[in-house]
Amino acid sequence: MAEEFDTTKPIYIQIMERINKKIVRNEWKAGEKLPSVREMAVETGVNPNTIQRTYSELERMGIVETRRGQGTFVTENAEVIERLRERLKRDIVADFVRNMTELGFTLDEMIATLKNYEGDEEGGEQ
Amino acid sequence: MIQFEHVTKKFGSVTALDDVSLRLDKGKIIGVLGANGSGKSTFLKLIAGLIFPTAGNVLVDGEKVTRKISRKVAYLSELDAYYDSFTVQDMLDFYASQFSDFRTEKARDILAFMQIDPSKKWKQLSKGGRGRAKIAFALAREAPILLMDEPLSGLDPMVRESIVKGLVSFVDLERQTIVMTTHEIDEVEPLLDEAVFLRNGTVAERVHVDELRETSRDSVVNRLKKIYKGEERP
Repeated sequence: MAEEFDTTKPIYIQIMERINKKIVRNEWKAGEKLPSVREMAVETGVNPNTIQRTYSELERMGIVETRRGQGTFVTENAEVIERLRERLKRDIVADFVRNMTELGFTLDEMIATLKNYEGDEEGGEQ
Repeated sequence: MIQFEHVTKKFGSVTALDDVSLRLDKGKIIGVLGANGSGKSTFLKLIAGLIFPTAGNVLVDGEKVTRKISRKVAYLSELDAYYDSFTVQDMLDFYASQFSDFRTEKARDILAFMQIDPSKKWKQLSKGGRGRAKIAFALAREAPILLMDEPLSGLDPMVRESIVKGLVSFVDLERQTIVMTTHEIDEVEPLLDEAVFLRNGTVAERVHVDELRETSRDSVVNRLKKIYKGEERP
């Protein structure tokens, strides 16, 4: 539909990940209001119950807060956002290291590769 | 809440549903999925009070389903049953005269959202236009239960997307439950809370969509294929 979803992962988690990325990128700033459950459901073509679950989960993690009658807002707690940023970074590095290790690269080789990395081919041509 | 208690439905010597017992809760979007002839339409029609069980009971909010259940249940048929010469507006008036829970204002909003011109005659609408108009009429009722038989069938991807967005925009899951049959599972999957898989007139399995993904790392489509795998097809 409007957005594609990985079929083997719960949709509420995939939407959570998308929101987390927007917050970490500072596209959605601290204290900013999130779209309403309905708006988000329409935008993504997803069941409003699923979006509600996403928002509840984010709230449980302290990343957003719901103010009665006003809506849901990105937390203004900079520490929480910083922790989220760190966690996402570590997750990606962990994936990278696992994949590289499977291919037999050592940590030193990985570090050297990262230092010399100039983007993928398309990026390099720009 | 919808309840099936040991429901069997036969058409002559053909058994369409065979001893089905299950309970569907309020406030959900539920997909009834399965191959052609697995009993999906029969399942919906029994809830709508359009046909009645050969054995067993179908209950809506604890009340045994009769023809009068149409007060509580909006049924969207996969067939067209409208007069060609009627305009969309005429049909809107007709619905308003038949169902006390029909909200004319809401119907206009949904038609506008779906980009349907109310002055158009039914026969002037494309198949996609008719598909969207039917959804608009069903959604404009404040019926606690909305039944949709193949709402996306035979429509192009743009129309299907418009219908899905219309559904999400206008359904009130605080008060409504949607039960739909479909073969367009890929597209509908993000909409579903639960899926009921029918095979040969029985419930082969019933799942919560996100739980299925979480615990089995499986999509609804894959699950359906697994359920049918290895079965001889006529």
